[in-house]
Parts: sequence; C-alpha cells; structure tokens
Amino acid sequence: MHLIPCPYCGERPQDEFHYRGDATVKRPAPDAGEQAFYDYVYTRANPRGWHDEWWQHYAGCRQWIRVRRNTLTHAVAASAGPADALPEATP
Amino acid sequence: MTSKRLPSGGLIDRGTTVRFNFDGRSFTGHPGDTLASALLANGVRLVGRSFKYHRPRGIMTAGPEEPNALVELREGARREPNTKATEIELHDGLVSASQNRWPSLAFDLMSINGFAGPAISAGFYYKTFMWPKSFWEKLYEPLIRRAAGLGRAASQPDPDHYEAMHAHCDVLVVGSGAAGLAAARAAGEAGARVIICERDFVPGGGLLLSPADAAWRGDMVNALEAMPNVEILTRTNVFGYYDHNLLGAVERVSDHKAEPDQHEVRQRYRTFRAKQVVLATGASERLIAFPGNDRPGAMMAGAALTYLRRFGVVPGRNAVVFTNNDSAYETALALAEAGSGKVTLVDVRSQSALAAAMTARGIDVRLASEVAYFDGKTALVRRRGGAGGDKFVADLLCPSGGWNPNVQLASQSGAKPRWEATLASHVPGESVQAERSAGATKGIFGIGAAAYDGARAGREAAAAAGFAKAQDFALPERGPAEQPIAPFWEVKASGKSFVDLQHDVTAEDIRLAHREGFSHVEHAKRYTTHGMATDQGKLGSLVGSAILAEARGEPVEAVGVPTHRPYTMPVAFGALAGHASGAHFQPVRRTALNDWHLRNGAVMQPTGAWLRPFFYPKPGETGWEPIFREARAVRSSVGICDVSTLGKIDVQGPDAAAFLDRLYINTFSTLAVGKCRYGVMLREDGIVFDDGTTSRLAEDHFLVTTTTGNAAPVLEHMEFHAQTVWPELDVQFCSVTDQWAQVAVAGPKSRETLAAAVDGLDLSNEVFPFMGVGEGKIAGVPVRLFRISFSGELAYEIAVPSGHAETVWEAILAAGKPFGIVPYGLEAMSLMRVEKGHAAGPELNGQTTAADLGMGRMMKKSGDVIGRVLAGRPGLADPGRPRLVGIRPVDTNKRLRGGAHIVREPGSGTSMGWVSSVTQSIEHACWIGLAMVENGEALKNQRVFAVSPLHDESVEVTITSPHHVDPENLRVRA
Repeated sequence: MHLIPCPYCGERPQDEFHYRGDATVKRPAPDAGEQAFYDYVYTRANPRGWHDEWWQHYAGCRQWIRVRRNTLTHAVAASAGPADALPEATP
Repeated sequence: MTSKRLPSGGLIDRGTTVRFNFDGRSFTGHPGDTLASALLANGVRLVGRSFKYHRPRGIMTAGPEEPNALVELREGARREPNTKATEIELHDGLVSASQNRWPSLAFDLMSINGFAGPAISAGFYYKTFMWPKSFWEKLYEPLIRRAAGLGRAASQPDPDHYEAMHAHCDVLVVGSGAAGLAAARAAGEAGARVIICERDFVPGGGLLLSPADAAWRGDMVNALEAMPNVEILTRTNVFGYYDHNLLGAVERVSDHKAEPDQHEVRQRYRTFRAKQVVLATGASERLIAFPGNDRPGAMMAGAALTYLRRFGVVPGRNAVVFTNNDSAYETALALAEAGSGKVTLVDVRSQSALAAAMTARGIDVRLASEVAYFDGKTALVRRRGGAGGDKFVADLLCPSGGWNPNVQLASQSGAKPRWEATLASHVPGESVQAERSAGATKGIFGIGAAAYDGARAGREAAAAAGFAKAQDFALPERGPAEQPIAPFWEVKASGKSFVDLQHDVTAEDIRLAHREGFSHVEHAKRYTTHGMATDQGKLGSLVGSAILAEARGEPVEAVGVPTHRPYTMPVAFGALAGHASGAHFQPVRRTALNDWHLRNGAVMQPTGAWLRPFFYPKPGETGWEPIFREARAVRSSVGICDVSTLGKIDVQGPDAAAFLDRLYINTFSTLAVGKCRYGVMLREDGIVFDDGTTSRLAEDHFLVTTTTGNAAPVLEHMEFHAQTVWPELDVQFCSVTDQWAQVAVAGPKSRETLAAAVDGLDLSNEVFPFMGVGEGKIAGVPVRLFRISFSGELAYEIAVPSGHAETVWEAILAAGKPFGIVPYGLEAMSLMRVEKGHAAGPELNGQTTAADLGMGRMMKKSGDVIGRVLAGRPGLADPGRPRLVGIRPVDTNKRLRGGAHIVREPGSGTSMGWVSSVTQSIEHACWIGLAMVENGEALKNQRVFAVSPLHDESVEVTITSPHHVDPENLRVRA
C-alpha cells in the first residue's frame, strides 16, 4: 500500500487516490487527426522504472496530481499539481 | 504411550488442570500448554493422516511449520479446519478432532493409497485425470474430494466478530526473542514509539528454551511493559510486508477461549505503518530427507527441545538424534537429562569436539553416519553412504538439517535473499525498504549474539527514525562459536523420503519433475505441490531445492527457493473481512425519502450502493401485479417516483457553457436560460460514456444530471479535463447529488396535480413547455421544476432540498389524490422506459456508440468534443454495427429473455446481435424488448429469432422501432 505525497494535503495512503495512468501523454489538438488521438488513448511505453502518472486525490482535495513512481520498486520520488512541473531527473 | 510429562520444569501452570477433548476422548493439561504439548503429555502419538497417501502422522514440530498435526478446532458454527495443534493454546473445554481419516484415525481405509505409491507420483492429477473428459465431474473430482479433503469448514455462519485496527509507530519490531526484546528495549529507551509483535502467547522466542536466561527475559519484558512508548502485542502474527513500510498482522484476540467474551472480537486484523522495522523472526529448523522421516515418532530436534524445556514433556523414550550441525546436541543432552531411555546421536560430520562430552553423559555418538531408515519403532544407522548398519530401538527420531533464517518478511519487502555458505541457507539481502533484520533472522545464532545484534538493530532503527537518547541495559553473555555445519540434504536409501510432509511430496517426486522438464524451482513447486501447503514449505522447501539442484547438476544457490509471498501463515477470511460482512459489507446510501418508502410498504432493492424502492405491493398482490398497477396508473392518470439517486453536478463560471460543449456531443452554449436539453457524452475512445439532461439556470450556471451509476466517474472525468487538459477554462463544479432530492411526477394528470401543489409557476403548456425549467414553491418549500420525461408520458421532475423532501412528496400526493396518484418504483419505471425505448444501463454497456443507439445525428458539426475523433474510426462508424431496435414476439404468448441472441434461423449458429432489455408491456399485452441488431435499421418489420440456449428457447420476433409507445413523442409535449 503506497503512501502518496499530495502536493496540497501531504502524505496520504493510496486508498484515498484513484489511478488514471500515464501523465506524459498530452491530449492532441482537436484537428491533430485520428493517429494522434489513437496514440493518446492507446499507445503506452509501459516503462520498467520511473514513470510519471496521473492520480486523483478523490477522497481528499479532489485534485489530479502527477506522481513520479517507480514501477519496479513502487518508490515515489516526487509529485506535482497539474500546472507544476516534476523535477527534470530522478536519482 | 511413549511420551509423557516430566515431574518438574517448563513454563506451565502445574497447579491448575484444564480438560480438553481430542477425537471424542477426554484429556487433561495445564495452562501454558499447546494442544500439541498436552497431547504428547498424554502419550498421544498419532494425530493425523497425510494428504495423499493417508500415512499415519505424529506431531513433528512445535510451531507454525507444523505439517502433520492439523486439527478441526471447536464444534458447530465455530468449527475451524486445518488449525495447527502446535499453535493452539490449551484452554478448559477445548474440543478438537483429527482430519483426513476415514473411517477413523487408527484404521484408515484410504491408506491403501500408500501401496499404490508409485501410481500417485508428481503430476499425478495432471496426467491421470485428464481422460476421458466426462469422467472428471462424475468420478474423479468426487473421488479426489473424498480422498484428499482436509478439514471441514463450519457449515453455519460464523457467530463471532472481527475488526480491523490501523496503527503508526516509529519502530515496529517483529518477534520477541533475544534479538527482538533487545531491539525493542534499545529503540524504546532511545525515545521511539515502539510496537513489538509476537506470534506466540508468551514473549521470549528461543529464550523460553533456555532456563539460564529466564531472569534476563523476565527483566526485559518487565522493563518494556513499564515503558509508556512501547506496546507489546502477543498472539499477533505479522503475515505480510507491503509497500512503503506497511505491514499486516492478525491478532488472535480470543482464539484461546472456548468463545469470545461479550463484545469481544475473535481476531483483529492489524496494519502498521512503521517509520522503521526490525525483523527478528528467528530461524526454522529444516528437515533431512530419509526413508521414514514422516513416521509417527519423527520430530524435529528443536521441537523436541521445546517440548522438554518449555512444556516439561519428554516426547519419547529411546531417541535417535540425526544432525549435521551443533544445535541438535542440546536436544540430545536434554533427552539424556530426562533420563527415560537410550539416546543416540548420529552426526554426518566425521569430527565433533562435543562428542566426548556427549559420551560422558551416556549418549551413544555415531560420527560420519546417517539414518537410513525409520519405521516408528526402529532406526537403521549406518556409515555415510555405506551398506548394512546397526538397528536401534527408537520411538523418537529427531532430525536437524540446519537452520533457515526466517527471511520471508524481508524477502517480501524487496530484499532479495542471499546465499550464505556457512549456514547452507539464505539470509536477507540488501534492504530496499526501511527495515533491518536482527539475530537468527540474519543468521546470527546463540542468545547472547542475537541479543547484541538486536540491540544494535534497535538503536539503528531508532536513530533512523530520529531518536537517539542513550540506552543502558544488560545483555546476556555471548557463547562460544559453533562448529561448521556440513550441508546435508538427503540419505540415498530405498523408501519414501519426504521433503513436504503435508502434501506428501518425496525426494523422488522432485527428481521426476526435473526429468519431465519442470526444472525451474517455481515449476517444480507447482508440478509437485512442494511447499504449497499451509506450512508453506517451512520444513522442506530448501531440501527440495537441494535435491533439484543435484538433479540439475548445479549448486543449491543457483536453484534458489520459490519467491516468498504473503501470507507467512494462513489467515482466516473472517479476519480480513473484519466488520465488512453481511449487512455491513459496504455502506448503504439512502435517499431523503427512504423512511417514507419503508413506512409505506416499499420492497427495497440495492442498486449499486443505493437502496431504492422496487415497488409498493398492496396486500394480496403477487408477481408482476404491483408493477402493472403502478405503471398503468402512470399511463392512465398520475404517479410519483423517487429519482433522487440521479447524479447531480452544479457547474458554474464564465466558461461553463464552453466546457459542457466539449464534454457532450451536442451543444449547450445555445441552450436558453430556463431550458434543459438531453445530452450524450463519449469516452475519448468514441464509446458512449453517459447520458442525462442538463439545465441552464443562468447564463453561467448549469445543472448536469448523470445516470445513477456514473455519478462519481462523470465527476472525475470532468475534474480531469478541467484541471489538466483545459486549465484555461474558467469553470467550477461540485457534486450536489445528496443536497437535492428529486421526484418524478408522471402521467396525463401530472400537470393538474402539480398545478394544485405548486405556487409561483404557471405550468400551462405555453408558459412551461416540454424541456422547460422553472422555480416555484410546494408547501412553502422552494423547488426547481423540470419538464422532462423518462416514462414517455407528460411528466415533471421536482428537485427539492433534501431536508424538505418528505414535505414536498406528501404535498404532491395530497394534490394528486383526486386523480388516484400512486407511488411507483424502479420496476414500473423500467417497464415504461423499455416501452418508450430509452437507452439505459444495458444499452450503455461500454461497447456502444452514439450511432449504435440511434443518436448519431446529435453530434455537432464542429468544435472540440471528447471522443469525436476516435468515434469516426471506420470500425465504429460502420453502419452495419448492431443498432438499437425494438423486438416483439410473433406469438404474443411467448416470453422474451434478456441476453438472448438474435439469429436469422434457429440453429443457424451466427449471432446478429443480442437482446439487451425485456419487459412485459402494459400497452401491448405481451413481452417486448430492446435489442442491438446488426443492420437493425434495415431489418425493420422483418422476423428473426431470439434464442436462449441456456433456457433451450427460441422465439420468433418482429424487429420494430425501439419506441414501443408513442413513437411520435406527442404525449410528452401534451
């Protein structure tokens, strides 16, 4: 069971959050075409290691946040609000 | 009777006698006993039959690694199967029974399996019961169940209660042996909040076997109990180590009583979120594979020492101790001290500095030797690998193959076990989480050495958690170093040499698995079921790996052991469920009108988390009668329905309209204030997500409604897009589902009813037409009115602040009395929605597009809409896809079934679609349905078949418009 640092509420247990998925994909412009939307919805890298993910603190502040999490060790390195950047690199 | 109680010694209360029952016989024991120690004290040697061969088995261990002494504990509704006699605390009135024997323990017909031994080898079930297929259900499975069933679960509901408790601490110490006590003391004195968990009912672990250290143990426990920042939890087994230092445990609160006290729980599920963890879980002695190592009388050397020292029970008269390491020498000495018979020590090592001292105590020491055979009465001892040998009369045979540090929790935490050649076993690898192992868990044996290591670990853990006050307490002396162990796994001699006693897996089975290609340790485990029983291979897992390694021609460390996963010990479902069972399985959501429904005889139905009125039967009404009556009242006059469960989201802001335009396929920016509109939203992949009506209350203020089931997902969907995709839109929204109750008033007399109830709003068709939104008062309560219809009749929905729902509901009932107004439930509503042809849950099933549901034309021509681009993919835009249609049986006496397939001819085998919703119609006096049918549009008025092979039914149906009632939509506009 993870502890997730919500940038607004502090460290909270995983059961207060809903997971959405890859936070590195960006919704294409409406006229970007079918392939761009297809990639946005379906194409995923599934990395082994650090991954930026969308989580919602639904049982808390209800903010969607980005969480940098290691898919191998489940370590959480950083989190940020949707408008804020995660650090460039993770040790 | 070869085992018996010694006249003195042990941590039992000899002054008190308790009575207990095993297999219908009455025995006595003392507080402080386990069921196993009490059975041994009474000379009971045979306690169970093995799983596969039904071989007679005796008590093998003194702890959770017990493979044989599995018993049914208690009776009736409290009967619990597969409990370990070695873990059951004896109490007055305890009732237990052996398992897996038929008809009786002493005479078991199934033991014939033993003679058929070679036939029941590894992979036997896979190979034998494959063919013929039809035999499986009728013959093989019942046979296997009869033959192999372990204990019987209680057939009545569990009368006891369970609960969950969650705690935080600075340092969690698992285990209370020398290392655990020292770690807890060091961390506690440093100032950390410490919780120490002990599986046993007495703290002390290995200290309980060492009379010389009894005083130190007592001092430590007293000191810890006196510290306000330290909590000792006994009877608490930590079963799992999870992410971010969360550990799970079960506290056996009242398992040591016949039944829990009033308001007491039986077990408590606990989780601990610890800043730092010290694992002091000790070590488990491992088996040696030799023929007859499972016979009653075989008992691990450490277990024999436990029975002698802790319980004052001598487990046999003439003993052979069989070892490859020093630890079993103490067992031999303790047996000799007990003085009941001859003690022989067989050591595979060719030299031992301790041999002389043993001989001086009258112990017959045989070096460079091995036990080649044991049958419960005699043991054959020979030179290693030699022939012949000497026969010894022995009713007790104590193997010790060395000690495996209990690395399970460390391994679960992510620390990969590391091979340690000096122990011929694994020790915890480098820590991944904030944990450290101490004492025997880390391969540091001996009480003094373990205590020193524990104190170090406790100090380090406290410092890492931010506590560094000086500590001062005494530790026991460190003993001399032991002689090196000689890795030894198996005696090669003919006969069954077991590596897993509970699942009857032999050394030969492991070799067979290798020969048949299951050479990976994980494959061999599953093929042979080695290590898969309730003892989780604690005795023989590594022995099996060593035998597999030899067969593969590789060292043991290259083969390894199967991955350690939770749970370290079996956990009852009751403990995991806690209070969440029966009516408390999940929280129930009730509408503001719930009490009215109950007072007025509604049959309530759970729908998701909500409890909703199903129908309101009158005395004498059965079957569909109340549903027909309610629906007829709506279609002919007026009815009232609680629709409060609809999701309601209040949306405000200058960009509210622009935001909704992107969420829905249709347009809301053009909606006039005081109007509402039906809308459909898609997922980004183009599939329909949800539908509902949205009202414009002001230029920058909308009220969105969602389906009951999607209220939460739609809100999250809106939040995701507002916060992350379009943060530039100035829009705010909030769920108001619970703040507003909502009531539908439907039927041709609904306008007249409401006209009599509503103040401040002209309900005439000209002023308040279909899809109008307005405000007024009912019984003095301000309400919102929406002219919308789900039933297909002239209808209104009234939203009222939840606290006033009943006042408004009663006022409408009073106003409708002249028209015979009736409350109607979910069933009548569903009947009418199928008649009207509205899509609902069965049609919005996550596979249908807007076009599939006949709503393709709602998609606006331009602008950014979630799902627009991917909905245009050829596969989703294909006009041949299943479309929503209506169906009616040609023979109006036939019933329709949801889930039936639509086919051209019965038996044609090609499905053209499926029946999504059915009901008996009041307008058509027959069953009607909605279906998704390929090219449905083109098939109108044609006949096809709805087949349900499950019911062996085939019904000829006519494809119709989905609108079985009022397809021109005149009624709603009346």
